[in-house]
Amino acid sequence: MIAGARTRTTTAATTIAVVTALLAVLTGCSAGAQRKQTMTVLAAASLTESFGEVRDRFHDEHPDVRIRFDFQGSSLLAEQLRQGRRAGVYASANTETMQDVVRAGVVDGRSRTFATNRLTIVVPPGNPAGITSFADLARPNQAVVVCAPQVPCGAAAVQVQRETGVRLDPVSEESDVKDVLHKVVAGEADAGLVYVTDAHSAGDKVRSIGFPAAEQAINTYPIAKLETARHPRLAAEFLEFVRGPVGNRILEKYGFGTP
Amino acid sequence: MPWLRRKPARRFSAQPLAGAVPAPLWLPAGCALALIVLPVLGLLGRIDPTRLPALLTSPAALAALKLSLQTALASTALSLLLGGPLAVVLARSKLPGLRVLRALVLLPLVLPPVVGGLALLYLLGRTGPFGDLLESAGVTIPYTTTAVVLAQTFVAMPFLVVGLEGTLRTSGAHYERIAATLGAGPWLTFRRITVPLLLPGLGSSLVLTFARALGEFGATITFAGSLQGVTRTLPLAIYTQAQSDVDAAVAMSLLLIAIALLVIVAARPKAVEGRA
Repeated sequence: MIAGARTRTTTAATTIAVVTALLAVLTGCSAGAQRKQTMTVLAAASLTESFGEVRDRFHDEHPDVRIRFDFQGSSLLAEQLRQGRRAGVYASANTETMQDVVRAGVVDGRSRTFATNRLTIVVPPGNPAGITSFADLARPNQAVVVCAPQVPCGAAAVQVQRETGVRLDPVSEESDVKDVLHKVVAGEADAGLVYVTDAHSAGDKVRSIGFPAAEQAINTYPIAKLETARHPRLAAEFLEFVRGPVGNRILEKYGFGTP
Repeated sequence: MPWLRRKPARRFSAQPLAGAVPAPLWLPAGCALALIVLPVLGLLGRIDPTRLPALLTSPAALAALKLSLQTALASTALSLLLGGPLAVVLARSKLPGLRVLRALVLLPLVLPPVVGGLALLYLLGRTGPFGDLLESAGVTIPYTTTAVVLAQTFVAMPFLVVGLEGTLRTSGAHYERIAATLGAGPWLTFRRITVPLLLPGLGSSLVLTFARALGEFGATITFAGSLQGVTRTLPLAIYTQAQSDVDAAVAMSLLLIAIALLVIVAARPKAVEGRA
């Protein structure tokens, strides 16, 4: 009985010691982290790969800065900002979405264009349907997947159809450009319309077929500093970095056009 | 909410020993209810009543509603046809490895629906083993309404199987054994004994299955895609619409909630109230 009680006391004491030690380590860490400035950047999902690299280069110049990203659909992020989400910088995949955010009064200063993107046709590596041009997409009995008109890449697809007079009859209108890409990568679609940058990120899992009419529906990416930025100077520096020579070089590497 | 207070009162009179609710439970219980009810009320607050009729009768909303009701009914029927027999097998047979089998049946309940969609796509898609066979026979499943029904059935059928199996287990195999001693064959026993035993639990299981099929999203968008009138059910239409017109998305959400509530309240799932 007594031995058991003693063991229990020892266990309790050990537990307390371990917890105390852990807490000490944790507070030590957070005290160290507190000297670092943290900034949240909300960015369109299509910027995931390129902005990751931009952050690494930015970090080389500002080692005391920690940048957190949230990559999602531009419209979803815009709605979150309208609902009071706080962040340092917002980068959108189209100008309309940015205008919504500007109208909500959460942008500090004005938004600036930093990249452009355009559509391309992607097909599975073997190109089973033998597609060579935009007009080929309208041929019957093949599975073509596009974005829904409600999202920027779908709006661009609608515009290309209007410019070319070629009317597509897609088997699915996805809500996210990555879903379109996935269906082509998986071989479940004969062709899809995605951004050049998405085709780029898929590497040799898809074949990309450019077409002239894509120039008629160039997508513009604006970036802006937000009113709620905790470190406004830092937000401004990040914005200039993205638009500067290093940012441009990285964006071009991932297939974006730069202004 | 007066019905909240009325129901315990009725139960007290029937079972006086079931007793009072301990005081410390009221607060967390209230918070739990608030967590479910308040967001829905918040959604109501977002609605612009002047735009509501136009939004609800838009072609996109009507097409999605029609497709949702049709596919959810079809997948509920399919669940009954396939899942009903499975429930009987699980509850009555002496198969080895029955426990593993039961765990497998529950899998869709815990899997993220997108995983279910991917699984279906890689089985029945044109690059999958079955899809390849179907393709050569001239049948394509992805991007069709059939794909929607399959995705919904995959996700919703476990509700039916679990519900019916529970009913059978609580009723026991007593009557079936007696029927067997009186010389009834398995098929006669099934029709005359097992099926009547299943009936009380059947309604609530069907309602749950239908409601789950109605709300299915992840597996559908992954396996069936999204095209108005063909595969874009109400949940998919809400998701697509939320990207551009939040008001329209909210209006459709309200429609979905109204139907779900109507189904649940009208069918009064007894199992949920513990009187299966």
